[in-house]
Amino acid sequence: MKKSRLENYINEIKLHEGKVLSVFITCGFPSPDGFEELVLSLFDAGADMIELGVPFSDPIADGSVIQFSSQQALSQGINLERTLLIAEKIKSQSDKPIILMGYANPFLSYGVSELAKSIKEIGIDGIIVPDVPIEEYDDFFEDNFNEVDTILLVSPTTPTERVIEIGNKSSGFVYCVSVKGITGKQHIEQKNSIEYVRGLRHILKNKNILVGFGISDEQTAYKFSGVSDGVIIGSAVIKSILNSNGTYKETLDFVKRIKNKISNY
Amino acid sequence: MITQKTYRQPDSAGKFGKYGGKYVPETLITPLLELEKAYNSIKDDEDFNFQLANLNKNYTGRPTPLTYAERVTNHFSKAKVYFKREDLCHTGAHKINNVLGQILLAKRIGKKRIIAETGAGQHGVATATACAKFGLQCVVYMGESDIERQKPNVFRMKLLGAEVVPVSSGSKTLKDATNEAIRDWVTNVEDTHYIIGSVVGPHPYPMIVRDFQSIIGRETKEQIFLEEQRLPDYLVACVGGGSNAIGFFYPFMDDKTKKIGIEAAGYGLNINKHCATLTLGREGIFQGMKTYLLQNTDGQVNEVHSISAGLDYPGVGPEHSLLKDNGLVEYYSITDEEALYAVKLVSELEGIIPALETAHALAYLNYLLPKTSKDEIVIVNISGRGDKDLNTIINYFNPK
Ligand SMILES: Cc1ncc(COP(=O)(O)O)c(C=O)c1O
Repeated sequence: MKKSRLENYINEIKLHEGKVLSVFITCGFPSPDGFEELVLSLFDAGADMIELGVPFSDPIADGSVIQFSSQQALSQGINLERTLLIAEKIKSQSDKPIILMGYANPFLSYGVSELAKSIKEIGIDGIIVPDVPIEEYDDFFEDNFNEVDTILLVSPTTPTERVIEIGNKSSGFVYCVSVKGITGKQHIEQKNSIEYVRGLRHILKNKNILVGFGISDEQTAYKFSGVSDGVIIGSAVIKSILNSNGTYKETLDFVKRIKNKISNY
Repeated sequence: MITQKTYRQPDSAGKFGKYGGKYVPETLITPLLELEKAYNSIKDDEDFNFQLANLNKNYTGRPTPLTYAERVTNHFSKAKVYFKREDLCHTGAHKINNVLGQILLAKRIGKKRIIAETGAGQHGVATATACAKFGLQCVVYMGESDIERQKPNVFRMKLLGAEVVPVSSGSKTLKDATNEAIRDWVTNVEDTHYIIGSVVGPHPYPMIVRDFQSIIGRETKEQIFLEEQRLPDYLVACVGGGSNAIGFFYPFMDDKTKKIGIEAAGYGLNINKHCATLTLGREGIFQGMKTYLLQNTDGQVNEVHSISAGLDYPGVGPEHSLLKDNGLVEYYSITDEEALYAVKLVSELEGIIPALETAHALAYLNYLLPKTSKDEIVIVNISGRGDKDLNTIINYFNPK
């Protein structure tokens, strides 16, 4: 087993306040100027960790909101190299966890062993690659990520034995996709989804589970955090940034409200 | 189905050498495994093969002819040129071979809703056609640019009862339509089967589509033996995703026949607006597969260009990536302009108006034939007919 800083961090939060709030944001969105400050204020507002999205031209698991933010970031010159530089700057001002999240190709193109080195140097806490399932895990990561948390996903279509297998391979936490679908999808059958996550809780006894995809308001966040160790919000935050007037006040308030709400558990 | 003696691909993990695989979000893994299981259970099933053979014969009109292209042969005065006539398939291209197989498969696994992506519209039309025949709901994703340049096919799909969803993201072409189809599939896996239109995407698609398309090569082999009592020296086919090419080549993989795949060079290889993935791309992970990919130094997928919507794609089937590396197939590229002149030449000499995709393979005869001798045989796969391209062709030769 890897010595996981993320796992300890989550366990620590569970000991004190209860639930984890992870915020996904596309690197360099809405603009590379002031982006580090935005992330730091998201931390201050209550984000326990940040999933820093590496933009990709063809994000097949993402809905229109994150597609838009990726396109915007790419057109402003954000690539993996700059994402790593930005992560380094954030890291120098905060020791809250940063997780790199992105599609396989930019990582492959950068060089996976190079990437592992950079991640360690910068102190990035983990990596999520949604288009690398366990079948491709060894080919993709090779032996390079033995000291960095690789967070794997389970979804409502994952059968039990496979959930166990994924749980064993995932480190830091297990990312539970709450719906069949892409990011930003609204929950229509919340009840089933909650039962599904509750079921996972039993299968993955010794793992921390964070629930993502389609968590768009306090109520949904509250319900899902009740059956897990915390929630991940992405599209809802990005949408709020899109609608904000540049001060991000509404966005930060939104993050604050979610964190407060889930802390009541 | 066909099994080769020495050439056997992919392995059990769906890898063609280091290419292929299943680089997809977790939600799609279970349906892909189900699909693979269903396919393995039916591919040698007598009932299934009887049904498919019956459809191929009585619906598609197979076997398609092998036509001796006498005036093209005389034009070059070198090797004898034959055409394998996939343009004569019902719906006008080879795409229906794969669609009928997959529709039967979808019925086996109990899916009621069919989705597809389309570039040229040929795969969309074939899918809409089969859905009409089998009474299944059909949704086709198509890039806005392609909707514009392949209008007749959009009308055909609608007439056949399909819903055509315009895709406005990215370059508004085939790759973006494919992204959108994958997103639909992730969301509706329960009741939906995704009929991918080429030998691309995650395993088992590249294998399944190849197997269904390999009827092209099997027939060709029989027909050329009847006609010439020997193997051909060259097979030439165009490569978009690579399904007509691999279907044509696959039954010849153990033979010494030279196989040549032709990609689209668009405005030209030096202008960086082309689709010559195997010539100028490098290893990448895209739309579920590891394969050659046209990408920038950051690993972002390039905006590519070809006058032919069916070749306008920055990736290529993973099996072609392997065949390029191991040299079993050679790949070259042809520009927009060369393809357009090939349409003209073959229309005038043979009375066959080929699709712009196919025209890339035909244009390569200008390079290949001079190097051949009179006792050699070249077969070109005429992957589709050109009716859908008339607007593009007319506009090029008679600009307003
Ligand atoms: C007539 C025709 N030929 C070729 C192609 C290219 O596809 P593939 O390379 O899979 O045969 C298409 C795709 O739309 C087509 O319509």
